[in-house]
Amino acid sequence: MIALLAHIVSGLAIGCGFALVGSGLVAVYRVTGVVNFAQGMFAVVGGLCASAFLGAGIWHGAAELLAVAVAAAVGAVTGLLALGRPGTAPMTALIVTLAVGFLAYAVLVAVFGDTPRSTPGLPGMTSLLGVPVRRHHLLVIGVTAVVFLALWLFLTRTYLGKALTACASNPYAARVTGIPVARMAQFAFVLAGVLGGVAGVLVAPLRPMSFDSDVTLIVHGFAAAVLGGLTRPMVALAGGVLLGVVEALVAGYGNAAYQTTVALVVMLAVMIWHAARRPSLHQEVTV
Amino acid sequence: MITVEELVVRYGSATALDGVDLEVGAGEMVALVGPNGAGKSTLVDTLSGVVRPASGRVSTEGRFAHVPEGRQLFGDLSVEDNLRLGAWKVRDRDPRHVYGVLPDLEGLRGRRAGALSGGQQQMVAVGRALMARPDVLAVDELSLGLAPKIVDDLVRHLVRLNREEGMAVLLIEQNARLAFEVCSRAYVLEAGRVVTAGACDELARGSAVARAYLGGGVAP
Ligand SMILES: Nc1ncnc2c1ncn2[C@@H]1O[C@H](COP(=O)(O)OP(=O)(O)OP(=O)(O)O)[C@@H](O)[C@H]1O
Ligand SMILES: [Mg+2]
Repeated sequence: MIALLAHIVSGLAIGCGFALVGSGLVAVYRVTGVVNFAQGMFAVVGGLCASAFLGAGIWHGAAELLAVAVAAAVGAVTGLLALGRPGTAPMTALIVTLAVGFLAYAVLVAVFGDTPRSTPGLPGMTSLLGVPVRRHHLLVIGVTAVVFLALWLFLTRTYLGKALTACASNPYAARVTGIPVARMAQFAFVLAGVLGGVAGVLVAPLRPMSFDSDVTLIVHGFAAAVLGGLTRPMVALAGGVLLGVVEALVAGYGNAAYQTTVALVVMLAVMIWHAARRPSLHQEVTV
Repeated sequence: MITVEELVVRYGSATALDGVDLEVGAGEMVALVGPNGAGKSTLVDTLSGVVRPASGRVSTEGRFAHVPEGRQLFGDLSVEDNLRLGAWKVRDRDPRHVYGVLPDLEGLRGRRAGALSGGQQQMVAVGRALMARPDVLAVDELSLGLAPKIVDDLVRHLVRLNREEGMAVLLIEQNARLAFEVCSRAYVLEAGRVVTAGACDELARGSAVARAYLGGGVAP
């Protein structure tokens, strides 16, 4: 029982990372129709920068915020490269994001080297319902909850957030009403950079990060996001958390080598069930 | 308020507009009629900046708003959010003045726009354009799929805004008879060219081309 709870908590924590990466994918896709393959790289930038800034003696908190800011800037640059030229087709932009991801490998290796880096995170253990858990796990869960609450409030309660949803809902109408769709797309990339950066900063203490850690992150993030048709951030949250917990249980009770496979099979099953239940291709962009 | 000079628009190799001149003056109500595929929607999309001209010039004076063909609402958002998003370019985002003109919308304010009936959606589309407090409004197919009573209401609202607030209107209509009733001047567009233009009453009396769009039984 204690082991079960411990697995669940650590699964929740890593699942939060997947959910944040997934919601970054959603942020870009719902506004632009582009699957941003550089999304995992934003997280890697966040994690590696946090480690470098902490290594340079910058305080906890400030170092992490700075790392997220760098990831946001990388998001902005990616957005400019992918969609900066007006009228770029989503499929073309998708290929550009893929290329940006590969190019980033070269830059990341040049700057940070190719050995995995970790950050200390929040040290120590605490007890939850009598179960010993890492305090950093709880921090990850708490921060993710706050980030998603903020995201939800932003999208459903603010004018700018509704305009983003409007661009996703009907881009033609958005342009007709004078909403600057191209600028909103750039903004979505910055938002994706922030979400990816937060994911990287939170996950770095859990899993040492290297330049190519983006692959696992994007695979899991995509699996989480595709549950909601890539347009619903809150479904991405549920999907990411579910994926993390299933993986942790498989690793805890079965063979850790199979954890990703099993998780992806579960995800595939959920997707098929989902598609069978709602066969129409209609895309919802509700939050 | 609207000036279009020698406008040419192409979609790939197809020419949708081929040297169109058109003008709407301050406080005017002008009709634009023509058969399907004539290029009417292309013209207003160019005014909105959604479509780029291949050559020629378009310009609008003051605030321009556009009720697009086929309603084109933000289906996932509420009626009130649709309205408020229409005011992106102006500071005042209070929809009260639109509720004054289209009182039915107030009762629908919390409903999801995508779940409304066609006529209700068209009212939202008109309301959303009015939220921009336009000096000139282009309406693309006001009557499409609407009950005559709703069309009458909407037209009456537009005429009132035109008379009382001096809002210029470019009215695109399949129902030319309706358009000619409320507008002072009209352009007839065919295959990307203006084939006839002039005062509505003269067009209705004199021109065989215009007569074609007014249907059989037009009494002079
Ligand atoms: N997005 C597009 N891509 C390619 N061709 C287009 C596009 N939009 C319109 N066209 C073509 O341009 C021409 C003019 O179309 P437009 O929609 O402007 O006509 P319309 O006068 O508004 O017709 P309707 O009365 O049916 O609304 C048509 O031949 C149409 O096929
Ligand atoms: Mg049309």
